[in-house]
Amino acid sequence: MVKSILTALLIVSFHISSYANPLKVGLVLDKGGKDDKSFNSAAYQGASKAEKDLKIDLKYVEATDTNAIENLHRSFARKNFDLIIGIGFAQKDAVKKVAAQFPQVKFAIVDGEVTAPNVRSLLFEEHEGSFLVGALAAMNSKSNSVGFVGGMDIPLIRRFAMGYAAGAKYVNPKINVSENYVGVTGEAWNNPAKAKELALAQYSKGADVIFVAAGASNTGVFDAAEEKKKFAIGVDSNQNWIKPGVILTSMMKAVDVAVYDTIKEAQAGKFTGGIVHFGLKNEGVNYTVDKYNEKLITPDMKKKVEEIKKKIIAGQIQVPDYYKKK
Amino acid sequence: MRRLLGFVIGLVVALLLTLFAGENPWHIFLILTKSAFGSMYDLGLTLSYTTPLIFCGLSVAIAFHAGLFNIGAEGQLTMAVVTAAAVGVLFPEVPFPLAPLVGFSAALLVGAFWGWIAGWLRAYRGSHEVIITIMLNFIAAGLASWFTLKVIPNPHSQNPETALVSANYMFKDYDLIARLFPDTPANASLGFAIVFALLMWIFLWKTTWGFELRAVGSNPEAAHRAGISEKKMQMLAMALAGALAGCVALSEVLGSAGQYRMGFSPDYGFIGIAVALLANNNPLGIIAAAFLMGALHKGASDLDLETSTITRDFSRIIQALIILGVAAQGYWEWMKKKKRRKN
Repeated sequence: MVKSILTALLIVSFHISSYANPLKVGLVLDKGGKDDKSFNSAAYQGASKAEKDLKIDLKYVEATDTNAIENLHRSFARKNFDLIIGIGFAQKDAVKKVAAQFPQVKFAIVDGEVTAPNVRSLLFEEHEGSFLVGALAAMNSKSNSVGFVGGMDIPLIRRFAMGYAAGAKYVNPKINVSENYVGVTGEAWNNPAKAKELALAQYSKGADVIFVAAGASNTGVFDAAEEKKKFAIGVDSNQNWIKPGVILTSMMKAVDVAVYDTIKEAQAGKFTGGIVHFGLKNEGVNYTVDKYNEKLITPDMKKKVEEIKKKIIAGQIQVPDYYKKK
Repeated sequence: MRRLLGFVIGLVVALLLTLFAGENPWHIFLILTKSAFGSMYDLGLTLSYTTPLIFCGLSVAIAFHAGLFNIGAEGQLTMAVVTAAAVGVLFPEVPFPLAPLVGFSAALLVGAFWGWIAGWLRAYRGSHEVIITIMLNFIAAGLASWFTLKVIPNPHSQNPETALVSANYMFKDYDLIARLFPDTPANASLGFAIVFALLMWIFLWKTTWGFELRAVGSNPEAAHRAGISEKKMQMLAMALAGALAGCVALSEVLGSAGQYRMGFSPDYGFIGIAVALLANNNPLGIIAAAFLMGALHKGASDLDLETSTITRDFSRIIQALIILGVAAQGYWEWMKKKKRRKN
């Protein structure tokens, strides 16, 4: 009896506290989870910043199995969330299906293209940012050989690899670029041990800088770099802090900014559907310099890479895009 | 029914644990129930988890009855689901009523074969089925991902999944259960699961083969002296176990998704072990146990949304405590019996 009264009180108090009607935002993260220090972390940071600054009501979930993604989006929509954000290409089909059934709910998806009036697709020009870190890798390399370790072997990650190799070859046409992938399934984002093995193999074959785009598997490559006293390049978030002195730079994808801005616009009633591109032009992708790596990037390197950046933005350098290669 | 007490104790202990996270256990219980049965949509999802759990529970149980421990349901169902998807993609012209039948039979055969390997190795080589089935799980996962990505990948997606099977293979329009629960993967295979549970009960307790299988399980020596072939029964039990796990192809490919998506299973094969234990390997009890486990799985999925401290993984804690509760109760009853015998 006491328990049920308590419950009733609890439910009532919950309703009162939520009476102010803040914007309800649901965030569906990919398999790496919010602590991958990379892609999903960036999205989570953007959303939690919005929670603090904009006083929205944020709930996040992580997709544990493939079939759960659609159910998660649908449960958010059924619980009258105002904005639902899917993180990662794997959620494209789920967002497409659920968005069609709930036209009054706003959706956003990162790394997937869905055309519907209530869906905003947040797409990043990964090849442009990768070109820059490829150039930096080549400038830093003394062995004339650099490497790439991708997470799951899919076109999205090959886009990183292609831009990276092109950037390295732009600086040094004779450089050798090796390329490996952790796996072919979603587990690849979460397998640091395998990523470390691949990195060790590439280092022992002579590479001295490795760019890694593998979500939570990244830490394996950083460990290998520290062990062999070589360099690694992080991805998605600014990962320089994880191993200062070892991580040359990070190819940052401003997923946090994209998520934050989408929430902000939804709250202001300015949400629009359609595709938004994030490239070098609007700082959606970039290389990072901060106190953890400023000693690694010499002024000369910085000058050169800024020049390249300007040329890409001006269209003087055409960065090859894996999506357009058929 | 006798096991219900252990179940309730396990659940209560698990709920009390939420006190440590600063939650009200009764509130958590309400969320679990509401999220599992609150609407036709929620119930549909619960039932869609129940169906594969019935199949996997039956698979583990039939091996238990022959004295074997089948940890390989996960691999068996993976092989069967890929097979059903492959048949559906590679032979799109087969006409409707025949097509699901062909797909299903192929899945059953491959599932049975995958189980039989472990049975054969056990019978003729003396290899332990636990180790063999665990290793076969890895082989199945490897084969499945190779086949999915290299032979029949979905050309329209970056996701690791097979192409969609031809529409002839799906029983969508004829599926009365799916009509009851729109927007959920619940489908007619629930009916098949219940029928299979009944058939298994009849097989085990009303047929000679069923008797022989149970005899080998309860006392191999006596069975041997009575002229029952232990080897034959071990192979039969594992093949049947594989076929039953393979039935998941029915609910996953032919009933709902129409394709094999890597990572679709939240470890059905392993939760199936819990289901079989909970039901004491009784085929009819498995229906109820699978429903409870399905409800738990679905119910816990809303914990993420409704509370700020407890996540969906809490369902694993509840599951573990329920199994401990049931096991403790079984042990307690066994001790009581032993004491009585002494007196």
